[in-house]
Amino acid sequence: MSTDAAAPAGQLPDAAGHFGRFGGRFVPEALVAALDELDAAYRKAMTDESFLAEFDALLRDYAGAPSLLYEARRLSAQIGARVLLKREDLNHTGAHKVRNVLGQALLTKRMGKQRVIAETGAGQHGVATATAAALFDLECVVYMGEVDTERQALNVARMRMLGATVVPVTTGSRTLKDAMNEAMRDWVANVDSTHYLIGTAAGPHPFPEMVRDFVRGIGVEARQQCLDLTGGLPDAVAACVGGGSNALGIFHAFVPDTGVRLYGFEAGGEGVATGRHAASITGGSAGVLHGTRTYVLQNSDGQTIESHSISAGLDYPGVGPEHAWLHDSGRATYLPVDDDEAMAAFELLCRTEGIIPAIESSHALAGARTIAPQLAAELGREPVIVVNLSGRGDKDVHTAGAYFGILDKE
Amino acid sequence: MSRIGVAFDKARADGRAVLVGCMPAGFPTVEGSIAAMTAMVEAGVDVIEVEIPYSDPVMDGPVIQKASDIALAGGVRTADTLRIIEAVAATGAPVVTMTYWNPIEQYGVDAFARDLAAAGGTGLITPDLIPDEAGEWLAASEAHGLDRTFLVSPSSTDARLTMTVGHCRGFVYATAIMGVTGARSQTSEAAPVLVSRLREVSDLPVGVGLGVGTGAQAATVAGYADAVIVGSALVRCVLDAPDQAAGLTALRALSAELAEGVRNPAR
Repeated sequence: MSTDAAAPAGQLPDAAGHFGRFGGRFVPEALVAALDELDAAYRKAMTDESFLAEFDALLRDYAGAPSLLYEARRLSAQIGARVLLKREDLNHTGAHKVRNVLGQALLTKRMGKQRVIAETGAGQHGVATATAAALFDLECVVYMGEVDTERQALNVARMRMLGATVVPVTTGSRTLKDAMNEAMRDWVANVDSTHYLIGTAAGPHPFPEMVRDFVRGIGVEARQQCLDLTGGLPDAVAACVGGGSNALGIFHAFVPDTGVRLYGFEAGGEGVATGRHAASITGGSAGVLHGTRTYVLQNSDGQTIESHSISAGLDYPGVGPEHAWLHDSGRATYLPVDDDEAMAAFELLCRTEGIIPAIESSHALAGARTIAPQLAAELGREPVIVVNLSGRGDKDVHTAGAYFGILDKE
Repeated sequence: MSRIGVAFDKARADGRAVLVGCMPAGFPTVEGSIAAMTAMVEAGVDVIEVEIPYSDPVMDGPVIQKASDIALAGGVRTADTLRIIEAVAATGAPVVTMTYWNPIEQYGVDAFARDLAAAGGTGLITPDLIPDEAGEWLAASEAHGLDRTFLVSPSSTDARLTMTVGHCRGFVYATAIMGVTGARSQTSEAAPVLVSRLREVSDLPVGVGLGVGTGAQAATVAGYADAVIVGSALVRCVLDAPDQAAGLTALRALSAELAEGVRNPAR
């Protein structure tokens, strides 16, 4: 039996979904029955060998897990660290998100529901959900901020090709947070027939815990692969953090390894000091958003402030509650990476390794570049850094092309 | 007994339901919202529900979303809401406050309870705060003598109905349908079932909201509930009007129609 999805016992959250002062359930009562149903189905599945076997087989045969851990030698030489890339970009659908959607789609079937809804920012989660919906013969509606449908038109087309209905959301800032509001409204109205397939380790309990468990295989794999490759654990693990599922996915198996530093890199946008960023932990404060208590970008009245990032997938004014907890407890370190730093790292990986990363993942690469000399100085040797290359950059070619000014004029 | 309790007793003695009318604070402006709520009271609304505008109102449909956006774009602050509550409470009508939880958490739960009580507010309706997470609010509402209205839903289990209503004071809010706020053409079949389930476990007054927008619908709901709660249909009067005077005229007309409805419960 594989145990990648079954987290060790005795860890957070508590039974009500609290990670210290974070997490919980801040939802309309109408959703509580569905959350309880989901919680029960999830807990049953996590101890059900047939579920875990089916999930593992899907990850292996359909998604391509375990993803490679690739030693990026030319990048390493540039950065001054031994960089090991966890190649989640090579998964089916092009990102780590397929792991979560396969897990939740299996649960949806087990709960006897025929319809899934999802929110999406960059469109990666929407594509992954539409993919799983096609595979499992589920009706699929994806809510996507109108701003994002424009900057991620390719993914909109992919979702439609897969049979999903894409609903552009025109309220509020017309980005991921508003897509999530609209999906919540749909869920309140259709909860009997519908599962809300949340795409990150955020939202009301049990979503943060459940999503983490469906993606924690990333870290389980990476940990073993690093041991096999280097004979030891890495000095640091780096990941980008928007909602935070890819980061939790790679962090979680390393949390007990106290010698391994965990770094989450938030989207600094135009710079945290400018106010135009998406760094909820670095530049936000504790509050309630989308059903959970966590760090939120908000004004002193508790009104959500619009986030800004060149990366649609990180453009979210909150963060999963477990990251808030890992920050408060000091187990993980969260630092901002601005747009320009991320795009420089994007270009560096393209040119040194022939890999076009997602702009989201480029934040993790840029962060690794920043911490490498610090770690080297501290350790007195070349550090080993595992970077979660959470997604591929095909979807970002237009944004990156415009950024670098390399598109031919029409 | 709270001022809400007095209103319920009086209506019960008159053989009718209480009419609760909702309006976002600061919509379309601070002064405009005071004028709107005052007009509602004058036209027969018994209890005013002041909604604190919030950037991410997941229980609200398009009408109240739009009104909240207008209020926030106009710069309304939580402190303005307290000023509005004070002004409307001066009309003599009980004023209850509906709010998503984050604005209260950021103001400070106990500080807000203190200032709400000082402004003459009766208590809070909390659409995204369930009793399970409400420890701080339970303590603050006790300390400052405020009512607590949590929501119950057709999907609530019997155990949760009993637990939730047990934590309410003043009245309990039964959501008539599975969905968000907004007037609908048909009244709910689930609502009377939910209300009768509540009657079996509590004698607390029950308000029914979501989807009520006409006098006839108000009469139907008044047939089984203690309060009829109307929001979007009233907000639309102001939203759709070409100017303030026309908005107030429409608001008075609908308020009077609804007030007539709750006085003629369908039995």
